[in-house]
Amino acid sequence: MDTTRATDLAGPESAGPAPDYEVGLVSLNQWQIAWRRFRRHKLAMFGAFLFLGIVAAAIALPFIWPFDFYTIPTPKPNCRIGCPPNPDNIFGTTGGLQRDVFTLVVNGARVSLAIGLGAALFGAIIGSIVGGVAGYFGGWVDNLLMRIVDALLSLPLLFVILVIARFLGSGNWLLIMVVFAAFGWPGVARLVRSLFLTLRNEVFVEAARAVGVSSTRIIFRHILPNAVSPIIVASTLAVAGVIVGEAFVSFLGFGVDVTTPTWATPSRTR
Amino acid sequence: MTAPAGKVSRTVSDEVLIEVRNVRKYFPIMGGILRRQVGQVRAVDDVSIEIRRGETMGLVGESGCGKTTLGRTILRLVPPTAGAIRFRDVDVLALKGDDLKRMRRRMQIIFQDPVASLNPRMPVSDIIGEGLLAQADRENGWGSRPVRDGRVGDYLEAVGLRRSYARRYPHEFSGGQRQRIGIARALALDPEFIVCDEPVSALDVSIQSQILNVLVDLRERFRLTYLFVAHNLSVIEYISDRVGVMYLGKLVELADVDVLYAKPRHPYTIALLSAVPDPDPRIRKKRLVLSGDVPSPANPPSGCRFHTRCWLRERLGNPENCATDDPAFRDIGGGHRVACHWADEITDATVAQFVPRVGRRLDEVRAAAAPAPGAPPPTASVAPPASPPIGRPTSG
Repeated sequence: MDTTRATDLAGPESAGPAPDYEVGLVSLNQWQIAWRRFRRHKLAMFGAFLFLGIVAAAIALPFIWPFDFYTIPTPKPNCRIGCPPNPDNIFGTTGGLQRDVFTLVVNGARVSLAIGLGAALFGAIIGSIVGGVAGYFGGWVDNLLMRIVDALLSLPLLFVILVIARFLGSGNWLLIMVVFAAFGWPGVARLVRSLFLTLRNEVFVEAARAVGVSSTRIIFRHILPNAVSPIIVASTLAVAGVIVGEAFVSFLGFGVDVTTPTWATPSRTR
Repeated sequence: MTAPAGKVSRTVSDEVLIEVRNVRKYFPIMGGILRRQVGQVRAVDDVSIEIRRGETMGLVGESGCGKTTLGRTILRLVPPTAGAIRFRDVDVLALKGDDLKRMRRRMQIIFQDPVASLNPRMPVSDIIGEGLLAQADRENGWGSRPVRDGRVGDYLEAVGLRRSYARRYPHEFSGGQRQRIGIARALALDPEFIVCDEPVSALDVSIQSQILNVLVDLRERFRLTYLFVAHNLSVIEYISDRVGVMYLGKLVELADVDVLYAKPRHPYTIALLSAVPDPDPRIRKKRLVLSGDVPSPANPPSGCRFHTRCWLRERLGNPENCATDDPAFRDIGGGHRVACHWADEITDATVAQFVPRVGRRLDEVRAAAAPAPGAPPPTASVAPPASPPIGRPTSG
């Protein structure tokens, strides 16, 4: 068997021209490459599992440990300012009404995560559009949009949110999300603008213009895909920022209605 | 020097394809707290050239002399400050919207940097096909994906790549292959005129010749007209029919390629040619080294822009008019144009002192004339006077 194969290789057939086959390289697109690299990165995978775990817990665990605002636990003595962790309450209890912190964390995850992710996402979308237009077109458009951004950034965000929450005041968590998105985009807009300012001078953008590609297509097909990484990073950080911001506002009583648990609720006494 | 093989079979018509008239491009310099314009960089300053259909016009000059800006201005990639550009009988500068887009199909560009000019996020099929999609109309049917992909494959093959490479991304290719993709992108729109913006400068020397040959082949096959921008004089000599030399935003000399390399008449051109290394180690010629740097194009010297560094002016005892009068870009015969007041002072022998190749040719003529003492004096067109007329002899 082996000898036959060896003669085959040395035989007259192999003396001919090399067969026109291709080495089987699989071309991967941007996301496939990113996914591959992500999978090899241990810390990134750990973070991803942790985050997915939190999301899964937010979805599933409230069915096991439901929260009802109107059910007040039997108070324990010596726990008026809250109990430390103990077998019954593994995260301890709150002060005042002595609610179980673990139950609040599990039940509050849904709304807190939704506000954080939603506000960051909408902020990123609005910021990308505004910043992209300003950076790509430049000139007076850029000037106008950036002055609006400056004006918004100069406002003390939390106080504005307090005022708006009181003014529209329904305690609806969707409203809180919209408010955070509406005041969160200027930062993203600045970032995206600076990215566009450098990317619009790239040679491949000029090449696209030279073949007659429209501005819209250049923005969405050439510049934006090359700007997503910093936008993703900034938005990820914004998620955490919004969650803390919501907790702060809710703690002061201007945010989400007390009957809806969020990650701010353990800080409340009611 | 033998003529490059590519030139033999071609016919350059007399019809002017591109006409550039007194084009200027000044870039504003912003400064101060209020970001006001405090000056301007004169990247291209009053340049006029005509490019005939089928010819390759070479453009040389050192970095920052405006040759790239001129090419991009012709394509309307940068708007000129003043001047006129005509493509056949179309006023390129007056085009807008759809007309401009349609004109882009007829004139294309190949970029210097093969890495930067391809979007890393796009597969080759999109990079080349994008222009087709943008230019799609009912006539060409480029709007349909199969038609477009077919054409992308055809042009990949035309530049010597496999059709199957269309699925790949730029990072999967070598520098030479990427440059071929850039060429295919320009060609796919079926243009008549291509600005080659230093298409081989960023490549490995062994790859440079491959790409040059691809460009020469395609020129024949698709009857292209090139404006070939480069700073490598050998490359320019190989590919061009006519050559323009730029210095600080101005055209200083323009001639047929053979004339320019054998009988340069602008002191700057001679300095450039003198800097070309000669492969023959026996040749010992004085190299002409220009002193100082190129002056800033934001504040160019008065009169002739080259007068601050001009070796000819020094030899002539610093004549006044070099510093005061801007020399006219005049024709000194046969379409050979020079912007120098004192170009007539330069003879073949002056050139021979500094340019090894020209010197060698003259030596050969002398040697041929030497054994026959009674022979009639050689004809004026080739033979030099025994000693250079200007200054002291410096060859040796």
